[in-house]
Amino acid sequence: MASEKWPEAGKRSLIGKRVTRLDGAVKSTGRAKYTYDVNRKGMLHGKLVFSPHAHAKIVSIDTSAAEKMPGVKAVQLMIEPGKEVLWQGQEILALAAETEEQARDAARAVKIRFEKLPHFVADAPPEKAGQHQTALAEQVTGNPDQGFKEAEVTSEGTYGCPVITHCCLEAHGQVAEWEGDTLRVWASTQNVSGISGELVDGLKAGGVEVPASNVQILTPVMGGGFGSKFGADTWGVACAQLAKKAGRPVKMMLERDHELMAAGARPSIYARVRVGAKKDGTLTAWSSESWGTGGIGPAGNPNLPYVFTRIPNRRSRHTRVETNTGPARAWRAPNHPQMCLITMSALEDLAAQLPMDPLDFFLKNLPFVIPERAETYRQELVKGAELMEWKKKWHSRGDKTPGPIKRGLGLSIHTWGGGGHSSNCNCTIRPDGSVEVFLGSQDLGTGTRTVIAMVAAETLGLPVSAVKVNIGDSKFPPSGASGGSTTVGGVSASTRRATTRALNELLAKVAPALGVTPDKLEAACGTIRVAGDPTKAIAWHQACAKLGTAAITASGQRAPRGPDELISSGVGGIQMAEVAVDVETGVVKIEKLVAVQDCGLVINPKTAESQIYGAMIMGVGYALYEEKLMDETTGRCLNPDMEFYKLAGIGDVGNMVVHFMTGPGYDERGVIGLGEPPVISPGAAISNAVANAIGARVPTIPLTPDKVLAALEKVPRSALNDSSLRSEQEGGAA
Amino acid sequence: MNVFEYANPTTTKEAAGLLAAQWGEAEILAGGTDLLSLMKNYVATPKRVVSLRGIKELSGITSSASGLRIGAMVTLQELHDHKAVHDDYHSLAHAAGSVPSPQIRNLGTVGGDLCQRPRCWYFRNGFGLLAKDEKGQPLVPAGDNRYHAIFGHPGGSPGAYYVHPSSLAPALITFGARVKVAGPKGEREIPLASFFATPKREGERENVLMPNEIVTEIILAAASKGMLTATYEVRQKEALDWPLATASVALRMSGDKVKSARIVLGHVAPVPWPAHEAEKLLAGQTITEDSAAKAGEAAVRGAKALSGNKYKVQLARVAVKRALLEAAAHGKEGMQHG
Repeated sequence: MASEKWPEAGKRSLIGKRVTRLDGAVKSTGRAKYTYDVNRKGMLHGKLVFSPHAHAKIVSIDTSAAEKMPGVKAVQLMIEPGKEVLWQGQEILALAAETEEQARDAARAVKIRFEKLPHFVADAPPEKAGQHQTALAEQVTGNPDQGFKEAEVTSEGTYGCPVITHCCLEAHGQVAEWEGDTLRVWASTQNVSGISGELVDGLKAGGVEVPASNVQILTPVMGGGFGSKFGADTWGVACAQLAKKAGRPVKMMLERDHELMAAGARPSIYARVRVGAKKDGTLTAWSSESWGTGGIGPAGNPNLPYVFTRIPNRRSRHTRVETNTGPARAWRAPNHPQMCLITMSALEDLAAQLPMDPLDFFLKNLPFVIPERAETYRQELVKGAELMEWKKKWHSRGDKTPGPIKRGLGLSIHTWGGGGHSSNCNCTIRPDGSVEVFLGSQDLGTGTRTVIAMVAAETLGLPVSAVKVNIGDSKFPPSGASGGSTTVGGVSASTRRATTRALNELLAKVAPALGVTPDKLEAACGTIRVAGDPTKAIAWHQACAKLGTAAITASGQRAPRGPDELISSGVGGIQMAEVAVDVETGVVKIEKLVAVQDCGLVINPKTAESQIYGAMIMGVGYALYEEKLMDETTGRCLNPDMEFYKLAGIGDVGNMVVHFMTGPGYDERGVIGLGEPPVISPGAAISNAVANAIGARVPTIPLTPDKVLAALEKVPRSALNDSSLRSEQEGGAA
Repeated sequence: MNVFEYANPTTTKEAAGLLAAQWGEAEILAGGTDLLSLMKNYVATPKRVVSLRGIKELSGITSSASGLRIGAMVTLQELHDHKAVHDDYHSLAHAAGSVPSPQIRNLGTVGGDLCQRPRCWYFRNGFGLLAKDEKGQPLVPAGDNRYHAIFGHPGGSPGAYYVHPSSLAPALITFGARVKVAGPKGEREIPLASFFATPKREGERENVLMPNEIVTEIILAAASKGMLTATYEVRQKEALDWPLATASVALRMSGDKVKSARIVLGHVAPVPWPAHEAEKLLAGQTITEDSAAKAGEAAVRGAKALSGNKYKVQLARVAVKRALLEAAAHGKEGMQHG
C-alpha cells in the first residue's frame, strides 16, 4: 500500500523540483479566459451608479430617463431613497444595457437627489478625530514603568502607514447567467466554494428564491485578490438580479475608479512608540499608542510589539478612527505589514541610538520572540546577512560617502500562520490511464494549479503532464477560501490523500498480475512496480487497463479540524533591503532585496519563489509609492486611477534574492502557506535602510521625496559629509 | 464617454472649419493618449472629435539650413529618433525620450504634448481647471497640493494652481521655438514662450489658441554651433510616472564661458517657467558645481510653496543645477572627441 505521508527527501520525483507553472503560457499569451474575458450569447453589460459624496442622504432616485435610454434592459436598486450613503463609491443602483457604452450613458442619466451631510475622511490622529473614534482597551504585561526605569537607553518615535488599496489587476466583478432556475456565475473570486450562500441570501432578500445547489460559481483563472475577493459582494447579487430581470446574461466588472474607492482598502496604522534597552542591547520595555482608520466601520487591530512579543514589560493601546471612506478588506497579511513597520522601525531606531548594528541587536533579542521561531530567525538572519554581504556593507547611520547618493541597509523580521484550510479532492483514474483531480479551489495566480498537479503526479509516479487538474468550479468538492495563506496546505493534503487512495485501489487490481500483495507495490517512473525490484513492473497504461471499464474515484480531505500530519502552521522570515537615496531630490531607489523564508516542505520552489518576488514587488509599492488620498473638503478620493495611485514597475524593484529554509528541521513540518508572509517585511526593511542611508527616520511610508527631504532637514550636514546639500536646502522658500 | 461625431479631415483648413467657435464643443484628436481618458471620465464631452490623422501636411520633420520644421503630428518617438534632433537639439531629444511608456511615445504627438490638459487631480475629478468648490473657493490651497505649482499661482486666491504637463515645451523654449497655428482666418506664428497662458476664468484654456485653431508645426532656428543643452527631470518612479520638476537649459558658449543662457522649468507652474535670474547670473561664468548650484538657487528665488509642495522648490533647484552640469559635461565630451 502506498503511504499518504510525504516521501522522504531522496524519494521525491517532483516535490522540491522547479516546475514551470502549467498556465503560464496561456496567461502570458492572452489565451486564458478571465472573468473579464467571458462573453456569453446575448450578454448585457452592467454598470453601477455609486455615491459621489462621502456622506449624504438619498432624497430620491429617478430612473425613468435612464430606463428609456437606448439598449437599457434592467435596473436594480441597491439602496432605498431615504437611506444614507456613507462613503464615495457606495453602490446605489445597477443597470444593464446592450453595450457597455449604453450602460455607462444610462448610469449617468439616473437622477439622484442627495442631501449632503457632514463627512469626515481625514486619516487623522485621535486628537483630531473628534467623535469618530473608539479607544480599545489598554494591554499591559509586566511593569512597563519599571521596565523603562531599568532601561539605560530609550528611543521614541512616531511611525506608520496610510490607507492603501489592493489594486488587483483584474477588478472585482462577475458574469451572471440564468438557465431556468439555475444560476451560473463566472466570478473573480478567492472563494469559489463559498460565495453561493451569499448570493442565495441576497437574491432571497430581493424576492428570488434559488437553492444553493442550483448555483454554480466558475473561476477558471483570476487576476488577483489579495484578500479583497472573499464575498459575492453587493454587485454580485445585483448582477444576478439584473440577469434575472432581463432574462439574459449580464457582465458587470467594476471600473478602476470604483474599484479603488470601494472594493477594499488596507487600514492605516500609526503609533507613538517608546522602547527601552540595556546598554548591551537587551530590550526591557515597550510602550505604544496606536491609531488608524479602515474607513467606514471598525477595522485595524494591531498587536504591538510585533514578533518580539515577549519583551518583558509592555503597554499598548489602539484607537480606531472611523471615516467616510470605502470599507477595509483583508489585505495580504492583515495588520502584519503595519505592525511590522512600526515595531521594526522603533527597534532599529533604538539600535541606532545604542549604537549597535541592528543585525546584532535583533540577534541579541531573539529570546523575546516565541521559542519555536527563535532558532529559525537566527539561521535566517545569518543566511540573509551572507546574501546581502551585511557585515561588509553596513555602516552606522548616515552614509558619509561624498556625493548626493547615499546607501543604506535595513532589515526586518516577520511571522505568519498559514495552516491549511478545509479541502476535499476527488481523484479519478480511468482505464485508459488518464488521471483527473477535482477541487472546488481556485488559483489566484499563485501556482495552486501547478502544485496540485505536482502532488498528484508525485503520488502516482507520473509526469506532471499526465494529470488533469480541475479547479475553479463550485460543483467540484468544496475547498476553503484562499485567505490566510491556507490554500497550499489544504489542497496539497486533500490531493495527496485522494490520489494515494485511488492509487491503492489500482494497486489492489494490479497486484495479482505482478504476483505480489498490493503492499509490496509502488508507483514510480510511469510504472507500477515491486518496491525494490524495478524489473517487476508494468507500465501505467497497462496497469490501468486492468480496471476494465470501471474507473476509480477516490476522495481525500484535509483533516476536518485541528492538526493534519501533512501540513503545519507558523513560519518565520527575514528580509533585508539595500537602498540608494538621492539626498538632493529625496528619491529612493531599491538596490537589492533579500528574502529568507521558511514555509515547511516546499512543493514547487519555482512558483514559491515567484510568490516571494511578487510579494516584494508589492512591498516596494507600498513602501515607496502607494497611498489612497482623500480630499477633506470634497470627501472624494483624489487618485482613483493607476496614474496617481502609483505602483512599482520593473525598473523600480531592484535586484531580488530569495532563499528558502528547507531540508532537515524544515521539511518534516509538512506544507505551510506562503502567500502572505513575504509581503510583511518590505516596508520595514526599506524604511530602515533609508534611515541608515540618510541618518534620519522618515516616520511614515510611502517614502516619497517630500517626506525624505523633510526628514533630511533635521540631519546635520556633517552626518552625511555633504557640504553642498545643506546650503541648498536651507535656502528653501517658505 | 458621450456619443460624439467623428471627423477625419485631410487638410488643415478643413480641420479648422470643423472646430467650433467655443471651447468644449469640439476637441482635436492627435495621438489620443490624453483626450481618450478625459472623454472616458467625462472631463471632456465634445460633440465632435476632429482627428488630425489624415492630414499629411502635419507630419514629418524637415531639416534645412535655416533650422528644423517639426510637424504637429510627429510622434514623440519620431522626434527622439530623428538624427538632426539628436545631434543638434540634445535636450529636446532627451525630453521626448523620457516621456514615460513606449506606448505614449509611439502615439503621443508633438502638438499633443504642447496642448495636453493638466493632470491636476481636482481637474481630472471634475472640479474644473481652476478647481473650485460649490462656493467658488479654490480647492488646491486647502487640499492636497503635493504636485501643484510653486510659481505663477495666485497664492490662496481663486485661480490656476495646476502645473503645465508638457514635456517638450521647456526644451523647445530654450531653443527659441516658434509655433505655427492655423485657423479660419489663416495662419499665424507665435513664439512658443508666448503660447502658454494662465486662465483667469473657468472655461479659458492653458494657451492662446482660439477654439478653432490648430497647432500645425514647430519651427526651430538652426542650432548654433557649440551650444550646450540638457534636460533634467526629477521623477520618483522609473516607469509610468510623470516628472515632479524638470529643467531644460541651453548655453551659448564662448570658450568655456557662458555667453548667454536659457533656462526653463517644467512642472512647477501653470506655464513653462523661465528662470531669467538664473540666466543672467550665468552670463560670463564657467559652469562649475558652485555656479550651477547658485543658478539653481536663483531659479527658485520667488517660489511660493503651497501647504504640501515645499519639496518641489528643492527639486526645481536641483533640476537646474543638474541640467547645467550635464550640459557642461556634454561640452567636455565634445572637446575630447573633436
